Amino acid sequence: MKKVTEVVMPQLAESLVSATIDKWLKQPGDTIDMYEPICEIVTDKVNAELPATIQGKLVQILVGPGETVPVGTPVCLIEVEDEGAGDANSAASTTSAQQPSASAQGTAVGSNERAAVRAQGAASEAAGVSDSENSMRYRYSPAVQQLAAEHGINLSHIQGTGIGGRITRKDVLAYVASGRGANAAPASQNAGAGASSAPIQPPQPIYTSKEPVRSTGLHLSETPRIPKVEIEGQQVPGRSEYFIDVTPVRNAIARNMRQSVTEIPHAWMMMEVDVTDLVSLRNKLKDDFKKREGVNLTYLAFWVKAVVNAIKDFPIMNSVWAVDKIIVKRDIHIGLAVGTEDAVKVPVIKNADQKNIAGLAREIEELARKTREGKLTLSDMEGGTFTVNNTGSFGSILSYPIINYPQAAIVTCESIVKRPVVINDMIAVRSMANICLSLDHRILDGVICGRFLQRVKENLEGFNLESTKLY
Amino acid sequence: MPKMDYIDAIRLAMKEEMELDENVFVLGEDVGYKGGVFTTTKGLLTQFGEERVLDTPLAESAIVGVAIGAAMYGMKPIAEMQYSDFMFPATNQIISEAAKIRYRSNNDWDCPLVIRAPIGGGIFGGLYHSQCPESVFFGTPGLKIVAPYTAYDAKGLLKAAVRDPDPVIFFENKKCYKLVSGDVPEDDYIVPIGEANVLREGDDITVISYSLPLHFIMEAAEELESEGITAHVLDLRSLQPLDKDGILAAARRTGKVLIIHEDNKFGGIGAEVSAIIAEEMLYELDAPIMRLCGPDVPAMPINPPGEKFFMLNKDKVKEAMKKLALY
Repeated sequence: MKKVTEVVMPQLAESLVSATIDKWLKQPGDTIDMYEPICEIVTDKVNAELPATIQGKLVQILVGPGETVPVGTPVCLIEVEDEGAGDANSAASTTSAQQPSASAQGTAVGSNERAAVRAQGAASEAAGVSDSENSMRYRYSPAVQQLAAEHGINLSHIQGTGIGGRITRKDVLAYVASGRGANAAPASQNAGAGASSAPIQPPQPIYTSKEPVRSTGLHLSETPRIPKVEIEGQQVPGRSEYFIDVTPVRNAIARNMRQSVTEIPHAWMMMEVDVTDLVSLRNKLKDDFKKREGVNLTYLAFWVKAVVNAIKDFPIMNSVWAVDKIIVKRDIHIGLAVGTEDAVKVPVIKNADQKNIAGLAREIEELARKTREGKLTLSDMEGGTFTVNNTGSFGSILSYPIINYPQAAIVTCESIVKRPVVINDMIAVRSMANICLSLDHRILDGVICGRFLQRVKENLEGFNLESTKLY
Repeated sequence: MPKMDYIDAIRLAMKEEMELDENVFVLGEDVGYKGGVFTTTKGLLTQFGEERVLDTPLAESAIVGVAIGAAMYGMKPIAEMQYSDFMFPATNQIISEAAKIRYRSNNDWDCPLVIRAPIGGGIFGGLYHSQCPESVFFGTPGLKIVAPYTAYDAKGLLKAAVRDPDPVIFFENKKCYKLVSGDVPEDDYIVPIGEANVLREGDDITVISYSLPLHFIMEAAEELESEGITAHVLDLRSLQPLDKDGILAAARRTGKVLIIHEDNKFGGIGAEVSAIIAEEMLYELDAPIMRLCGPDVPAMPINPPGEKFFMLNKDKVKEAMKKLALY
């Protein structure tokens, strides 16, 4: 048995990509021994003779003298005596040149073999092939089975061009394109195309849908969902709690409070104030004031005035801790803690020491209104140097305020209540209120704060009908 | 449009981003006065000064650690690892810190950091100058990893990495520095992270790769076309996240998939790409998924025949492509 193999252009130097045939030393029909020069080759770098890699008879020259071809291109065909399973067979397989349909064995496959398969196709099949050449004939890939099912194709009608006679996806596509698929099947049957005498089997759909099919297991390729934080109103059955998202305002309050409490060593003291005269003063003036000014004459205005005047006597109360120094502020800007339903804000009365009681009352009402209406601007809340918290407004008689960071102290005005009080060993009913002070103990000590609170107390008790002026 | 080398495209990307955003700065070994051992950062010190181009001690853990701190503070550091082989002292900083900052701070903090590291062999560098460490970082959620092949992508991906709010490892291939060149626009553009790119269309086989091997693949594809085999070539560009849709679309095109990379085969990028394809489109496959990678040996040999054996080249790539085409 004879077979034809090819000799390819070798890589003569590392960087070489092509070479030119100078002249042929052998002609078709010549017998060639192993390693016998068959032609001369010219390249940029070397000129060389090309030795035969196989023993046999030169049957055809593929590249003529003077032609330049890339490395690996077949240059001629040599007919080899096939000695069955003998030495020649193993030699042949190393040269990667076997009879085209034998590619089933091929680990190294000749470059033009594929083309040869295409060209010779049916012919070589018809010539009769061994089992090994068809070893892949009935191994269908998932793609081939899916396409066959989609188009209702009987795969036994398709010629495989893949390795070992395997039907490739492209073979099926080509078969469909040639119009011999299921859609064309009735027509071809009617026409009585005798080639396939057996009736085409009804398609056996393996899948009926093009949707992805999952037969087993979990499919975990998707990114896991990010859990959502619940908000109020979303009921989760069986859950005994619910979550509230933290608003930016709540977040700011939390941050400031934590910073103040963790950084400032707080100390606290309280004094009792007799405001009986202040109460009668205010009761006498408030209706008239409201009529004339259009704003309420609140206790808070007096309270702020009393505090501001005390600060002027004890400027250290109006200061900030700065680690290696204490910064005492000359301007007195009083922050007023104003509560709303769900937050607390601290608008600031700028230069409070330059305002009289009427002016303070007007500004307090204005800031309280803006707070309730949510119309405070950043400038309304900036620059406070000391804070007053009117805790009495919601009935407290005693509270422990947290300093408005980074100030040095905070004062609360508690509820005014009538209580029996001993004065000169006699019991009298007086209007009493507590005044509480939280202080930064890094800056302030008990003595100075005691004096300061005492001064506030004196100022408050000094408000009376005779000497106090609103303007 | 100017044609420039891969390395010049990388330098241009850094220059442009530093001009655009004063928070961007470069730090690494010899990046300043020397301009980088490969000249990647050449000229940056002169233009931007010592405060934005920092020569660091030989301490990769410190380079990345400092960069993480700066990034958390709002800066945009580009930390250079002189060779990706030197990256491992910084692995704890990269994997346990940078990758996890956003997660463990419940989204309060982020880490917009870029780590540039040259990968790959074939330069007679031996074991300390040739490694491909992609697979070490690949399986770490929280890191993004890009590995450009074209000069265009090198610039666009580096700019995207600088602007990304999360840590991005930029694996540039040192053999591509001068080997690869192409058209690179001088204007401001980015290549989005996470998008693969089809370099060549074909119908017989799909080849998926990244970085230097694409050079061999494109050459081999050219040759195979003359033999009647057309290859569909996909450049992953981003390794983390992988462009799943792009991978599946490319694989569907032919049903025959070959994945090629220089990093060794076991546990490499190809394993994950292969798993994605197997999970999603088993029934559209026409052949077993093939991989061609560096051998599973401890290191790149320094001797030339050993290095040649280790490295991929056009012939190895072409043989694998042909084998799959004929299947």
